[in-house]
Amino acid sequence: MTPPLSQADIDREIAELHQAHDGEEANQPLRDFAPYRSSVLRHPKLPLLAVKDPEAAELSGPVFGVTDVTALDNDLTKQHPGEPLGERITVQGRVLDRDGRPVRGQLVEVWQANAAGRYPHQRDDHPAPLDPNFSGVGRCLTDDEGRYSFTTIKPGPYPWRNHVNAWRPAHIHFSVFGTAFTQRLVTQMYFPGDPLFPFDPVLQSVTDERARQRLVCAYDHELSVPEFSLGYRWDIVLDGPAATWMEEGR
Amino acid sequence: MKPTPSQTIGPFYGYALPFPGGGDLATGGITVHGYVYDGAGEPVPDALLEFWQADPSGDLSGKPGTLRRDPVNGAVIGRHGLDFTGFGRVPTEADGRYGLRTLMPGNGYISVCVFARGLLHHLFTRVYFDRGAAFLDTLPPERRETLVARPEREGVYRFDIHLQGEKETVFLDFG
Ligand SMILES: [Fe+3]
Repeated sequence: MTPPLSQADIDREIAELHQAHDGEEANQPLRDFAPYRSSVLRHPKLPLLAVKDPEAAELSGPVFGVTDVTALDNDLTKQHPGEPLGERITVQGRVLDRDGRPVRGQLVEVWQANAAGRYPHQRDDHPAPLDPNFSGVGRCLTDDEGRYSFTTIKPGPYPWRNHVNAWRPAHIHFSVFGTAFTQRLVTQMYFPGDPLFPFDPVLQSVTDERARQRLVCAYDHELSVPEFSLGYRWDIVLDGPAATWMEEGR
Repeated sequence: MKPTPSQTIGPFYGYALPFPGGGDLATGGITVHGYVYDGAGEPVPDALLEFWQADPSGDLSGKPGTLRRDPVNGAVIGRHGLDFTGFGRVPTEADGRYGLRTLMPGNGYISVCVFARGLLHHLFTRVYFDRGAAFLDTLPPERRETLVARPEREGVYRFDIHLQGEKETVFLDFG
């Protein structure tokens, strides 16, 4: 058996890959990013096939409506009889396409660990407490300006088994739909100034520092609610061509 | 504007994204099922597949109501069966298998978006039902086959996804 990798091994691999892509603009992570061990057998080795068909089904996409969310879904602190433990936060922002146009009436889904860094999932065996008052799942539809808003608690960082002493920086998982299926996005939002950033191969799989910065929300005092929560702002820009034909009337 | 980068769906989406009847778009139509495999040929038990398709007439406008909610307790109760929403979401099971019950798309293919732990940026592919489709002509024959569902019996099709390796599926880039 090969000995388990240390953080120093992972740091070296990350540095080599960043060096190899130094100066390149990269808007997306490398799918082939060996420091994230699980990526090794789970990325295609052949180039993707470019599709330039204006009739492609992927230029349209699923639609959601008032039957698909309830008014309480965007408040993760109100899903149980008691208050969850942790630092209450409000996360708000806009969903935009590459031209800066708001994505209206689309579904935004979030999931996250509790304040102690634990998910209510069978496979999460991190020995941190579950919180009976926190499930960590939310949804909402964007409004006419493309805005979404969630009230939740700040998730804790958590250990994982990528290498010895591997820790994920605190993050909220986001799933976002655009007007076109091509714009589909699943990602993770991070919190400013987290000391774990340089050690995390998932975040560092985005080799371009400017693109990594776009995964980090900003503290926004205007969004803080007096005597209640601290506010964070995070705008999301969807990649991929938008559905231009359905722009009007949405 | 510069896009927000993708990040892996990770291992813990299971209590957040899948929903009852996620793979049951319609009854009385076709069944598409298969396995997701990694580069070692092992099944992937923690992938999430999303499907988007036209209705049998080729209409791609979709309908809301895929994630319909119970207004009393907020539970996700899923589709009411009256509208064809065109959208499905199915997690693979412990053996890497998925299943989809839907209607034959009028334009000849179902779009698939693949998410998985270990996959840092989702992948798009398509399920075709007719290997004579014009789009497939642009591909070498051995690669073309990876996009064609194999009929098993009346109305039942097998479609496997290979993330890597000799049988690697053709994945699409829409730019
Ligand atoms: Fe996570």
